[in-house]
Amino acid sequence: MSILLVGEIFSILLNTPTYVLVIEFILTASVLCMIFVRSGPRDNSGRKRKLTKEEEEEAIKNYTPEDLIEELGYELSSKTVTGRVGKHITIDGKKCLNVATHNYLGLLEDQTILEKAMVSLKKYGVGSCGPRGFYGTLDVHLDLEDKLAKFMGAEEAVVYSYGFSTMASAIPAYSKRNDVIFADEKVNFAIQKGLQASRSTVYFYKHNNMADLERLLLEKIPLHKKNPKHRRFLVAEGIYMNTGEMCPLPELVAIRKKYQLRLFLDEGISFGTIGKTGRGLTELLNVDPLEIDLICGSLEWAVPSVGGFCVGSHFIIEHQRLSGLGYCFSASLPPLLTQAAITALDTFEEHPEMFSELVEVSKKVHKELASLPKFKLSGDKLSPVKHLFLEDQQKTVEEKILILEQIVEKCLSNSLAIVDAKYLLDKEQANPEPSLRITVNRKLTDDDVKNCVNVLKNVSNSIC
Amino acid sequence: MKNKGYSNGDIAHKSENHTGLEKTNQETVISSSTANKESFEEAPLKTACLTYLGFYLLMILGYINQLFFSPKVAKEENREGYPPLYEAFESFYSRYVYRRIRDCWNRPICSVPGAEVTLKDRVTNDYGWSFEFTGTETKCLNLGSYNYLGFAANSGPCAEETEKTCREIGLAIPSPRREYGNHKIHIEVEKLTAQFLGVEDATVFGMGFATNALNLPTLLSPGCLVLSDEKNHASIILGLRLSGATTKVFKHNNMKDLERQLRRNVIYGNEKTGKPWKKIMICVEGVFSMEGSVVKLPEIVALKKKYKAYLYLDEAHSVGAMGPNGRGVVDYFGLDPKDVDILMGTFTKSFGSAGGYIAGSKKLIDNIRANSHAHCYASTMAPPVAQQILTSMKIIMGLDGTDEGKNRIDALARNTRYFRRRLAQIGVIIYGHEDSPVVPLLVYLFSKIGAVVRILTKRKIAVVGVGFPATPIMEGRIRFCLSASHTKEQLDYALQVIDEISDQLGLKYSRKSRDPNPIEY
Repeated sequence: MSILLVGEIFSILLNTPTYVLVIEFILTASVLCMIFVRSGPRDNSGRKRKLTKEEEEEAIKNYTPEDLIEELGYELSSKTVTGRVGKHITIDGKKCLNVATHNYLGLLEDQTILEKAMVSLKKYGVGSCGPRGFYGTLDVHLDLEDKLAKFMGAEEAVVYSYGFSTMASAIPAYSKRNDVIFADEKVNFAIQKGLQASRSTVYFYKHNNMADLERLLLEKIPLHKKNPKHRRFLVAEGIYMNTGEMCPLPELVAIRKKYQLRLFLDEGISFGTIGKTGRGLTELLNVDPLEIDLICGSLEWAVPSVGGFCVGSHFIIEHQRLSGLGYCFSASLPPLLTQAAITALDTFEEHPEMFSELVEVSKKVHKELASLPKFKLSGDKLSPVKHLFLEDQQKTVEEKILILEQIVEKCLSNSLAIVDAKYLLDKEQANPEPSLRITVNRKLTDDDVKNCVNVLKNVSNSIC
Repeated sequence: MKNKGYSNGDIAHKSENHTGLEKTNQETVISSSTANKESFEEAPLKTACLTYLGFYLLMILGYINQLFFSPKVAKEENREGYPPLYEAFESFYSRYVYRRIRDCWNRPICSVPGAEVTLKDRVTNDYGWSFEFTGTETKCLNLGSYNYLGFAANSGPCAEETEKTCREIGLAIPSPRREYGNHKIHIEVEKLTAQFLGVEDATVFGMGFATNALNLPTLLSPGCLVLSDEKNHASIILGLRLSGATTKVFKHNNMKDLERQLRRNVIYGNEKTGKPWKKIMICVEGVFSMEGSVVKLPEIVALKKKYKAYLYLDEAHSVGAMGPNGRGVVDYFGLDPKDVDILMGTFTKSFGSAGGYIAGSKKLIDNIRANSHAHCYASTMAPPVAQQILTSMKIIMGLDGTDEGKNRIDALARNTRYFRRRLAQIGVIIYGHEDSPVVPLLVYLFSKIGAVVRILTKRKIAVVGVGFPATPIMEGRIRFCLSASHTKEQLDYALQVIDEISDQLGLKYSRKSRDPNPIEY
């Protein structure tokens, strides 16, 4: 009997291909390894063992963690602003022409908006004392959401209490681990954080380069075929904060359709600035808003308030009310600031000529800035945000930053508030080129524009 | 510190396993900073079984419902052939389970969220898919808003000074702090905050949620270890995720578990690479907003010192609301604020404003000013928000020359103890620390959350209900937030109503002996 059994086993061994035997052996060995070999300290003969109590105490005594934070090592330059910020800004006591802060329409100085906000203050107080779910929803929030949805031609809107958290919360509400996102390499930092928080696989395409996007998409088709259930998203900005360029929206929409992506568009800058009635890129380029799955905007730049919003179909937006982290888990927008946003939207509708005025100024500024010899101008001519890069390509990033800082200082002493765009270079996705970021204000007169360009020209000539 | 029953070196804790089904009604009394003051009574086994049964019943009904009635918003338009946008369970849950009691959340109000609040009445004609306003309003006693010190007000010094500031410097400053958003008023708020907390320096941000989410990545990097309490707020979890550090979770307020993990990680380092951790940080909250518990700070400080870890303390719900001077849990336990490496908090709750702060050593704050995501990219705190903080904080500190602040702090402490003791006397199960102004009342069953919120609204009391997924399935609860502006009469009315409905709905789960004597206010 036993002989039969041995014979049987022997014949099985003989009939099994060698590679199977090898694999089986390796598998068995690794299982045994996992069971018996544990990481940890070893004794003199190389065998592993647990530390004794004394050794543990010794290890605790010897543990030296890094400092919580490094010494900064340099004095952080701090310019203090006083008074009200508007077309002019008072920096360290000096009144300067302001082409540095976002106030495209000049509504920060609008008295009607302020007065209505004060009425709201006397009705609701300052804080809302709760998140939207827990008695933090005031009637003004619902009004603002209705107004935004109507204004943008969408079914529903959702308001966030912080501009940064809007896109940063909206993206991870939909895109999860295993999903795939295609994003422009120059997207702003808030979007980058949203991409990171989603834990999805992110592919960046070259800035505004549709051929590169298509190449990437084609390249990833086999991957998608393998996992057809994985959602895929396309993320872009209407006007890019980091370059001032406009995205080719019709092409993006065509690609969205062709490859079945969902398109998220950040209209932070373009909302309330471009298009005949300020409705943004969709209006300017005549794209049906329904073609875009989610549009985000800011209430901090064209609108003189705080916060941000998303608009889209009910199907899409409703989801954020339970899954948008910055929406669910944060106190809602203070009612007086909500009222300010509502009044600003009313102003948009009452005075649609504001937008053409702004575009005129933007064009003028664009033309003038393009004539500056030492700089390379970046940005669409319609965009209220423009960047001036240093022409000199020989210099390192650090050198450029230093030169730009000097220019800013000199401009300030000439009563022109201009800003070198600040980045956390080690945290950014695509190293942004150092630049001066110019923001256009509707209230700038021809003389202001001339004056600004002259100062810049003189200062840059004296420094570069 | 001594009279808090705390003894160094004796890191004790009591039975924490309140999610299990064992009958551990008896609490072990061991010397601990919050022992005898904190309670997490277990539900009777019968209730636990019924809760699960009820939940599964709801789910089954939901599935049946789904089979026969197509939802109103099920379809995404113009996106044929796309993979579904939402996970099947997620959309099922929100459409067929949550919708049944959807009316209990997101209730619009149209007044100051003060001691009383005016709800805008709404009805649903389609079982929770949509709501319509009736045009009427209901004034309710407000036990739902985070208005601990009663600074939510539309008149008085805060509103007046805020108006003045708005007229002077406008409603917003649309630039990040590192560019031209560094306004004089921010510097004032930061100085005052540092003075209030008794630390070297502080810096402020426009949103409380973002204070955690955008600053934790500045402090941590891959190769660092974070030991995070399991009940920590979503903003901390997001911040930790963005930081790239390794996060390990310890059981809620469980010092034994924390020490076990600390010890192991200090001795053995990162078990995957064998290298020691660059730094170890303990992340906790002062008062946990869903549990009503208070962090065992003295023990944590001792552990942190012993194992050379750093401590990040989120005082969102405790600053202003705890401690004899309203300076949060550090003040409550009489500890030195310098023992906590990073003090974080928000201005939304006790100060009736918005935004958050980080406070600590000058070195820390300087570094955050230079490297914080928020300071570099996000707009600064709005002037009205900053002014509200300045005025309310000065009142709390007594800098306005009155006892107003002190009185408010005392009133909140008195209201808290009175309300908690009376609830215990009624015989309902409440969680948390006796001095925590957040009072969760356990109702367990999902359907009871809806029932309690609805009935209390009918009796003109506004409260918050919390259920799965914000809490474990087992632990549906109603949360009361107390305020210094509540009067004894208001609390008595609420308690009387709660007593009545507890009989109707069967909420008197507690098996503890009840205090037969009347509770003094």
